[in-house]
Amino acid sequence: MPVLSRHLRALESEAIFIMRETVAEFARPVMLYSIGKDSSVMLHVALKAFSPGRLPFPLLHVDTTWKFREMIAFRDALAARHDLKMIVHINRQGLERGVSPIASGSSVHTHVMKTEGLRQALDEHQFDAAFGGARRDEEKSRAKERIFSHRSSAHAWDPRNQRPELWNLFNTRIKRGESMRVFPLSNWTEADVWDYIAAENIAVPELYFARPRPVVWRDGTWIMVDDERLPLLPGEIPEIRMVRFRTLGCYPLTGAVPSTATTLPEIIDEMRGSSVSERQGRLIDADETGSMEKKKREGYF
Amino acid sequence: MSALALASAAASAPAPALDTAAVDLPTLRFITCGSVDDGKSTLIGRLLFERRLIPDDLLATLKRDSLRHGTDGENIDYALLVDGLEAEREQGITIDVAWRYFATPTRSFMVADTPGHEQYTRNMATGASQADCAVVLVDARKGVSRQTRRHAAIVALMGVRHVILAVNKIDLVDYDAGVFHAIAAEFTAFATRLGLEGVVALPVAARFGDNMSARGERLGWFNGPTLIEALERVSLTAKAEPLPFRMWVQWVNRPDLNFRGLAGTIASGSIGVGDSVVMAPSGASARIRRIHTADGDLARATTGDAVSLVLDHEIDAARGDLISTPESRPQVADQFAAHLIWMSADKLLPGRSYLMKIGSRLVPTSLTAIRRRIDVDTLEPLAAATLDLNEIGVCNLSTSVPVSFDAYADNHATGAFILIDRETNVTAAAGMIDFALRRATNVHRQALVINKTERAALKGQKPLILWFTGLSGSGKSTIANLVEARLHALGAHTTLLDGDNMRHGLNRNLGFTNADRVENIRRVGEVAKLMLEAGVIALCSFISPFKADRDMVRALVEPGEFVEIYVETSLEACIARDTKGLYKRALAGQIKNFTGIDQPYEAPQAAELVLTTEGTPAEVLADRVIDYVLAKGLRG
Repeated sequence: MPVLSRHLRALESEAIFIMRETVAEFARPVMLYSIGKDSSVMLHVALKAFSPGRLPFPLLHVDTTWKFREMIAFRDALAARHDLKMIVHINRQGLERGVSPIASGSSVHTHVMKTEGLRQALDEHQFDAAFGGARRDEEKSRAKERIFSHRSSAHAWDPRNQRPELWNLFNTRIKRGESMRVFPLSNWTEADVWDYIAAENIAVPELYFARPRPVVWRDGTWIMVDDERLPLLPGEIPEIRMVRFRTLGCYPLTGAVPSTATTLPEIIDEMRGSSVSERQGRLIDADETGSMEKKKREGYF
Repeated sequence: MSALALASAAASAPAPALDTAAVDLPTLRFITCGSVDDGKSTLIGRLLFERRLIPDDLLATLKRDSLRHGTDGENIDYALLVDGLEAEREQGITIDVAWRYFATPTRSFMVADTPGHEQYTRNMATGASQADCAVVLVDARKGVSRQTRRHAAIVALMGVRHVILAVNKIDLVDYDAGVFHAIAAEFTAFATRLGLEGVVALPVAARFGDNMSARGERLGWFNGPTLIEALERVSLTAKAEPLPFRMWVQWVNRPDLNFRGLAGTIASGSIGVGDSVVMAPSGASARIRRIHTADGDLARATTGDAVSLVLDHEIDAARGDLISTPESRPQVADQFAAHLIWMSADKLLPGRSYLMKIGSRLVPTSLTAIRRRIDVDTLEPLAAATLDLNEIGVCNLSTSVPVSFDAYADNHATGAFILIDRETNVTAAAGMIDFALRRATNVHRQALVINKTERAALKGQKPLILWFTGLSGSGKSTIANLVEARLHALGAHTTLLDGDNMRHGLNRNLGFTNADRVENIRRVGEVAKLMLEAGVIALCSFISPFKADRDMVRALVEPGEFVEIYVETSLEACIARDTKGLYKRALAGQIKNFTGIDQPYEAPQAAELVLTTEGTPAEVLADRVIDYVLAKGLRG
């Protein structure tokens, strides 16, 4: 087994500390699982944190019904392999209203199917703490979010009124109905995540690796034609290209990048040489500067 | 590979050897601090830019934002990279701590960009609590400012061990070496007063990248390190004396009947299989049977390792317990003196109950007294009835149950705490324990067969502490000497404690700093208490300017045993007398921290006796003390 660098070992220990603190202090924790590489790392660290026992909390996947098919297959296989309690929540009212990225646009779709869906699931199960795999290097407003990030009973984040986090003494006190979002990977970078995946040999979806895939060029990015629901615009003809995804979301909203990186070392090489940020492929972030902060205040992860 | 690995790995190739492992330095966490507009955010933005961590699409956004919010015309405003929240971009200031990450070929860095405005001192302290190193920025045009001193004081208070002084905007003073050297000298002198040693000073022009990663021609005269070199060289290896083993029990890991592990992260020191350990506060002991991790058992674990300790037999242990080795146990107490940085908009209310979180332990705590507030510009102690947002004070706290701890100066992991407001749940204060005021009652003391009563009975007297307080030169010692002579003549057993016999012996390692003055009085109080327990009448003659310190001594003994005698002489009269010539020197600035001149004297409000010296001979005043003692019953 490759030995972790001191840097990665410190990040792993910190994440374990945060997870144990959460389990010790909260009545009903849950881990938000989004199938991506960050979730894979977070889950891997969690299994280590509570070893030799099982995970003392369930996983929750908020399914927008527009994830890549491979992501869903990966999720179900993973849950079966590790005997995990996986809660899958779909915003049924949203589906009934016909909300979709195609019909409603990215902003409405994300708000209804992800943000509202998440709030429904948290309320339904009365979770008082929810782990998320967000990292501070992803986006500017996330850089300032706390590791233990307080949410009002309406799941709202107030960036002006965050609790200071001193030493490793986390203030986990909440009132009835309030909750905490907990980000154990806050201090990891995209490079750390890939280095750790390589060092610990963690499985991640195939979508991260370059493969020949059917794609169309739309809105300045490559969109994969993952199923028949994606209506082709006049003149659009799917073509097979070597592409991969740096981040995974709803397939009509997630742009692929041309790549020849088919293995982990190649991905790491490509990332170190990259001059484009990770979330650049996410269409939902691009609405306007500050849009992530806006979404987070409304309860998005 | 452990059994739990998520690594059936359909997708992943065999793990490659990481080629970055050639140099494996620990990650360095540092903060930037300094006044508003000294260029902290610009410095970090530029560091990220030079490490090529600004991707093209972010650079495009940055150029767009620079035109809208930027303060640098057509040029890229690097500060916008780090000022993440909308309000900050609009106001052009940093209101919250932002964490950024970058790496050089030899080291990974985590940097907190902390706010410069005074009202955000708490955020700066938050960054400092997690930092190994502080980069203090000074604008070359403005020099060391009030905010610079303030931030340096917080850095020192929080025990940040490494300080780099970056004299920024050196381009605006034409890269002048003289300006740099003058600022470096002034700052280093101030830092030394704070106990910050080994300050590395260097000039930079963050906007243009001079002396950031590369020296640049315009600073050719400078032969010290670049900022990156200075950061790479910060050594995090332990001090000469490694800290003793400490681990807070975070969570008891008990998945089934066959495994019971005390899960936690080793806070300091190291531990091996077979070592004896002790739980605090219970005192139960056991040996380490296994050190479990998911990657297999360890023979030895060290600071920072997240482990589950399995003991050789079952003892009572729960979250909040502190594990140590029997040779170096933590202290256990329920009353503390501690430095507090107040972080809540609601003022500190003495007497009110808060929750103290220390390690993994949460205990109800009340603030019993504010000993003093510290002016962080001058470092002078001030009397205070409350602490407001961003104010720093020294307070007495009392916990509802005994707590195990070490002094913060000895061990941050077991000496730091936060206070949580029980109503609003906000983090009200950051705290650092200075020392215990009283040992916990459950700590075994030597059982005493002969006690105070028996000893006093043998002497046929009632023991007392006669505490003379007043300005230097007020006449305390003169009166105390007369009183002792008369008590002696009456056949009483006495002793006299004063600055001369205490400071030359027991307290000769103490100076006149705030902390030393408090410690001086604390020791005097303890000695006086021992004398009292020996059945003796102890006369104590000390300036003892702070009410909280006198009250602390009063609280050490039983009601009626401590007699506070205020020797009241106006400052003018003391200066006029100046029997030792001290006022003359203090007024000339040759003596610092001199009570009445540059340090306050808190006159007693409820002294048992007030002796107004002006116009009354010392003999008459001594008689009044004797009358008081006789009235209370010299013979017990």
